[in-house]
Amino acid sequence: MAEIEVYKRTPAEQAMLKKRAKQSMKGQIMMFSLMIFLTLISFSMVVAFESGVAGFSKYFIVPMLMLFAAVQVGLQLYYFMHMSEKGHGIPQMFMFTGALFGFLIPLTFATIVWW
Amino acid sequence: MSSVAQKKGFGATLWDWLTTVDHKKIGILYFLGGGFFFVVGGIEAMLIRWQLHKPNNDFVSAGLFNDLITMHGTTMIFLAAMPILFGFMNAIVPLQIGARDVAFPFINSLGFWMFFFGGLFLNISWIYGEVPDAGWTSYASLSLASPGHGIDFYAIGLQIAGGGTLMAGINFLVTIINMRAPGMTYMRMPLFTWTTFVASAMILFAFPPLTVGLFFLTFDRMFGGNFFHHAMGGNTIIWEHIFWIFGHPEVYILILPAFGIFSEIFSTFSRKRLFGYPSMVFATVLIGFLGFMVWAHHMFTVGLGPTANAIFAVATMAIAVPTGVKIFNWLLTMWGGSIKVTTPMLYALGFIPSFVMGGVTGVMQGAAPLDYQLHDSYFIVAHFHYVIVGGVVLAILAATHYWWPKMFGTMLHEGLGKVTFVFFFIGFHMTFLIQHWLGFWGMPRRVWTFMDGQGWNMANFISTIGAILMAVGVIVLVINIIITSVKNVRVSNDPWGDGRTLEWAIESPPVFYNFPTTPLVRGLDTVWIEKMEGNEAGYTAAEPVKDIHMPNGSIIPLFMSLGLFVAGFGAMFRTETSWGLPVLIIGLAFTFVCMSARSLIDDTGYYIKKDELLRDMKRKGGQA
Ligand code: HEM
Ligand SMILES: [Cu+2]
Repeated sequence: MAEIEVYKRTPAEQAMLKKRAKQSMKGQIMMFSLMIFLTLISFSMVVAFESGVAGFSKYFIVPMLMLFAAVQVGLQLYYFMHMSEKGHGIPQMFMFTGALFGFLIPLTFATIVWW
Repeated sequence: MSSVAQKKGFGATLWDWLTTVDHKKIGILYFLGGGFFFVVGGIEAMLIRWQLHKPNNDFVSAGLFNDLITMHGTTMIFLAAMPILFGFMNAIVPLQIGARDVAFPFINSLGFWMFFFGGLFLNISWIYGEVPDAGWTSYASLSLASPGHGIDFYAIGLQIAGGGTLMAGINFLVTIINMRAPGMTYMRMPLFTWTTFVASAMILFAFPPLTVGLFFLTFDRMFGGNFFHHAMGGNTIIWEHIFWIFGHPEVYILILPAFGIFSEIFSTFSRKRLFGYPSMVFATVLIGFLGFMVWAHHMFTVGLGPTANAIFAVATMAIAVPTGVKIFNWLLTMWGGSIKVTTPMLYALGFIPSFVMGGVTGVMQGAAPLDYQLHDSYFIVAHFHYVIVGGVVLAILAATHYWWPKMFGTMLHEGLGKVTFVFFFIGFHMTFLIQHWLGFWGMPRRVWTFMDGQGWNMANFISTIGAILMAVGVIVLVINIIITSVKNVRVSNDPWGDGRTLEWAIESPPVFYNFPTTPLVRGLDTVWIEKMEGNEAGYTAAEPVKDIHMPNGSIIPLFMSLGLFVAGFGAMFRTETSWGLPVLIIGLAFTFVCMSARSLIDDTGYYIKKDELLRDMKRKGGQA
């Protein structure tokens, strides 16, 4: 069997890692509140529309909801699934390429097949 | 298990090959499997050409002719060209990046067996007597109307084989991302590794659409679906879109590894670093990306409208730019190099003009208004054979000679190799050059026969003679292989003497663990750098000799594929026989049982001990 190596962190390293973990925690909590806030706004918009508040038309709410959804996906990926950290270049590239194809191809279908 | 060679009985050897997870052996299996289907597809081609060698010929019937062209195209693309390329990727890429195997050896074996059983399934149609006959593109308006089980063989066979391809692609991606030796940065990867990487990424994105399309087709034909039935609210054009969203990337999946092979050969035998390496990498990635944006150029005449046609025409022509970059880089690699015209180099030299001609006709077809004239004529046949035979097949033949010593430990005869080249190259141009004119003169593609007095007789006759010359070339190659294997003269690490990349730093063929110690990569063409600095072995170890962890072989991949193969027959005969449904269920259940067995029973592999490695190394005179 391969030997197991035990690696001891120096105190400086330990301190740095701790600081980093704390920062990351702070970021996560902030983003979590932001996401809850966005969700609240989304629901309120729909409630406002349902109860007929002036200015909340379908053509305003639907694009706004889409935008919020996109922001939420981004936050989810970067803050909670750690895509902002080092070493995620390749997964990012594949995800963005896939998303691009997944957007462009249906768009083409929508315009030239189903229009 | 010991690494010291032992004499094994036939049964043990067979078992070893059926259960192997060693990338080098799987590479050879792919090579042999693909080679077998290449011969099958070649025989189909000869029958097609014989039918067309004179007007009003009735050598084969019209129906059989449709079977032949469909199976020829499908076999050559899915069962010959791709698997043979996978063979080289398997055999060479792990060596080039300094790895001991691919990332998922088990899945590697599964991918091979799925390809093999899928191909078998497709070709059993010949024995059953109902053969796919709607062309390799299998357009839904034809394929849904095709009576009998022919198209079912196509849909299910390709589904199984395609699943194997997808696994192989993902495996190469993970291997290249994760298993590179220390120092092997992305911008130091040999071009064959790069093109394998990009082609695998294209497989990852292109094969799921094919899977979906084939499932739709399967459901429409066998389970009462209506995806493509226009009378039932479906849309037959959607098949064309789905097929070409897969199909155009597919042609680049074939040509990119070919580009990689030639890049290696040009720089090896010009004894010079590849000119413009970064631009080569960039062009490869760009081609891979653009390849997904042009599919509708196969559908210009469907009636998408001028705007869509214009957009796709421009996108199509844009691909010619990175392709041109590559051509110039190869020319400039040779420029000022000290060129040695070996057999692989001869193929590389022949490839450039041939492929350029195919690219030029591609751009012509990419101009939508002109394509209205060219579409579905022999011009198209000429175009794609110039790129596929002049590009992919020449690359396969070149790589066969170039890497034969690395895969099999012997050297193919150079003289016979050159004979093969001459026959094949002349035959190829003779067959397909004249077909451009046949297209201009109005001969449609996929016709069973033609009438006298249209001025097509001579051209078709010449084309058939060319095909015979190509066949002669391939036969000479087979003879060469037999002679070489019988003589069995073993060769050294670097039999060409000019190897630049890591595969040439180890024995031919390599020991089963490839590298006793992981190599340290010091730059592009690392072996060349080491040799120039006087290190004859060509490699520096990155670590001391340690125990090596190896995976165990397994028969499960073969069984899993067999289950799918059996289930395929069940699906096909489900409605007309009482045994169809049970067989479908039993086949799938068997596959799932095998899968669970694999998941539940831990197989942690084994270790090669340090002592054993040291003994091996001493026996070889102790390199590293
Ligand atoms: C400069 C690059 C290329 C361009 C601009 C190009 C363009 C085209 C166009 C426009 C067509 C459709 C013609 C029609 O059906 O009317 C076509 C067909 C085809 N091309 Fe290319 N092509 C290029 C390179 C390649 C390569 C590298 C390959 C394969 C290795 C390839 C394989 C094929 C095949 C197989 C077909 C026929 C498909 C079928 O209808 O059965 N092409 N090409
Ligand atoms: Cu295309």
